[in-house]
Amino acid sequence: MAGVLVYVESDGERVAPISFELLAAARELAQSLGGDVEALVAAADTGPLVGELGAADTILEVTSPALAGYLPEAQQLVLVEAIRARKPAVVLVGYTSAGLDLAAGAATATGLPVVAYCTGLRAEGSDVVADSQLYGGKLVATTTTSTPAVFSVVAGSFAEANGHAGGRGERIVTAPPAGLAQLRSRVLGTTGAGGGAVDITKAERVVSVGRGIGGADNIELAEELATAMGAELGASRPVVDSGWLPKERQVGKSGMTVKPKLYLAVGISGAPEHLEGMHDAGLVIAINTDGDAPIFKVADYGTTCDLFDLLPAITALLKPAG
Amino acid sequence: MHIAVILKQVPDLVEEVEVDSQGTDIDRDSVKWKLNEFDDHALEQAVLLKESSGAEVTAVALAADGVDQLLYAAVARGVDRAIRVTTASARTDAPAAAAALAGVLADMGVDLVLTGVQAVDDLHGQLAPILATRLGWPHVSVVSRVSLEGTEAEVTQEYSGGRMATLEVDLPAVLGVQAAPRPPRYVPISRLRQVMASAELGSAAAAAAAPALGSTVTRLAAPPQGQGAQMLEGRPEAVAEQIVALLRERGLVEA
Ligand SMILES: Cc1cc2nc3c(=O)[nH]c(=O)nc-3n(C[C@H](O)[C@H](O)[C@H](O)COP(=O)(O)OP(=O)(O)OC[C@H]3O[C@@H](n4cnc5c(N)ncnc54)[C@H](O)[C@@H]3O)c2cc1C
Repeated sequence: MAGVLVYVESDGERVAPISFELLAAARELAQSLGGDVEALVAAADTGPLVGELGAADTILEVTSPALAGYLPEAQQLVLVEAIRARKPAVVLVGYTSAGLDLAAGAATATGLPVVAYCTGLRAEGSDVVADSQLYGGKLVATTTTSTPAVFSVVAGSFAEANGHAGGRGERIVTAPPAGLAQLRSRVLGTTGAGGGAVDITKAERVVSVGRGIGGADNIELAEELATAMGAELGASRPVVDSGWLPKERQVGKSGMTVKPKLYLAVGISGAPEHLEGMHDAGLVIAINTDGDAPIFKVADYGTTCDLFDLLPAITALLKPAG
Repeated sequence: MHIAVILKQVPDLVEEVEVDSQGTDIDRDSVKWKLNEFDDHALEQAVLLKESSGAEVTAVALAADGVDQLLYAAVARGVDRAIRVTTASARTDAPAAAAALAGVLADMGVDLVLTGVQAVDDLHGQLAPILATRLGWPHVSVVSRVSLEGTEAEVTQEYSGGRMATLEVDLPAVLGVQAAPRPPRYVPISRLRQVMASAELGSAAAAAAAPALGSTVTRLAAPPQGQGAQMLEGRPEAVAEQIVALLRERGLVEA
């Protein structure tokens, strides 16, 4: 039982950025816990992916036509089998859609503990001490977990730059699990981003609206400000799920990733899943009546003014006089 | 077709969430509880499936203070019946909930289990994958649309960057719902009162014990005070002027 196993995510052609973060975290942990950094990559063709995994000491490759496209059931079978075969001390999975499917599922199948929403990990003897963001980012839980164990890691927690090189990069080709022949689920099709009328990922200024806006009728207030500022409107997930703004304007984990020069967050609490989509924005200004809202931890400037008073006031100042 | 929708309460984050005197858990007595918003979407999705395909829907929750109210509300929203599951342990984490629910759901003979993709206190993993793995059923999380075709479910799964996939899953299965295709419906208080006066909640006792977690919380606290935002003070007009000045200084809007 040694080493750190990283579950690698990809779209079949490129390794996802979160995987490099995990490889960086794995190296830090392996230095204290001992053992190798191992990268598990499962796809119809792992050829295009292995070259990107130079941060791993060993690259465990599983290829099968049944692994074309991301299917939770198939990926969990592969991950469970790798954990059983390699007996790593630590398994790292990103807190992504795949992480939501696989981290707790694979842990349950192998009888290992699982700790979710991790933003920091360090070894203490043979234990792992983790910091996890709970309650929408309002509180941080510190846990001590005996190894072997599984951790799911929030994107943006480790330096992606440290996850590209430094390993031995030995390739180990493993036979696909027998269970892939009897899958009870199938991928019918996938759709990419885009196709919508707007592309907020290119905007230099984004006025992003959260649930604090209160209803579809109030979107106008933010729209007027966005127009006066030459900004695109963005939205948090609940605003989109409520039908107040279209999906193509959603910022966050299950929406778009934006990097504008200015991000004005209006009535957005700053849940980790929202921050994931905007943490590389330039100037961040947050308007939220709750002074404890997590958005203020990442904003440069903030105010607890009521948005219904403040938005019209800013719009009035920006509109040409007359 | 029998659908179970699993519901749980979580702290309402609009209110302050205080830490207990040991500093390792929230102060559960002072918290204001509400239905987990993703469970709310799972409930809406279940009722939509009932309406479109005639499926029978049972709402299920672990027994706790306030849970009866939540189950009555589910009946008012349109589920056929609601069951509270009593357990020997006070734990409500996902591994404990999955252990308690797996046997009950198997006994009920359900074809499809819907629950929220996550909860804000899921430190030890999310319910859908744990429950499904215990039951030996397939599972999909981050689901935003479900339809039923015979003994299969067709679901939309969402990924980062606006990508999505359509997956087909043989039943029985467990789905972690992110969002229903439409916002959860509103139930008038009068309807809720009527349900509370007439409906009866069922109950079931969990047979399995809660599994060990292998992990201990040593500290629960507000995030460290980092750089944080510089707060702009004053009346809205004054704050607006400061914001516009900041934007002009940096050339982010025209001077
Ligand atoms: C797998 C997964 C993926 C997700 N993907 C995304 C995603 O892509 N994008 C996303 O945004 N979320 C996503 N979420 C949801 C996320 O967890 C949060 O639920 C969501 O970000 C909260 O949105 P919000 O901040 O608008 O709402 P809330 O958290 O309800 O916050 C509303 C805020 O408005 C403030 N407010 C209220 N009234 C006023 C007023 N008058 N003036 C000023 N402020 C006011 C309140 O103080 C509060 O802080 C995802 C969740 C999961 C599980």
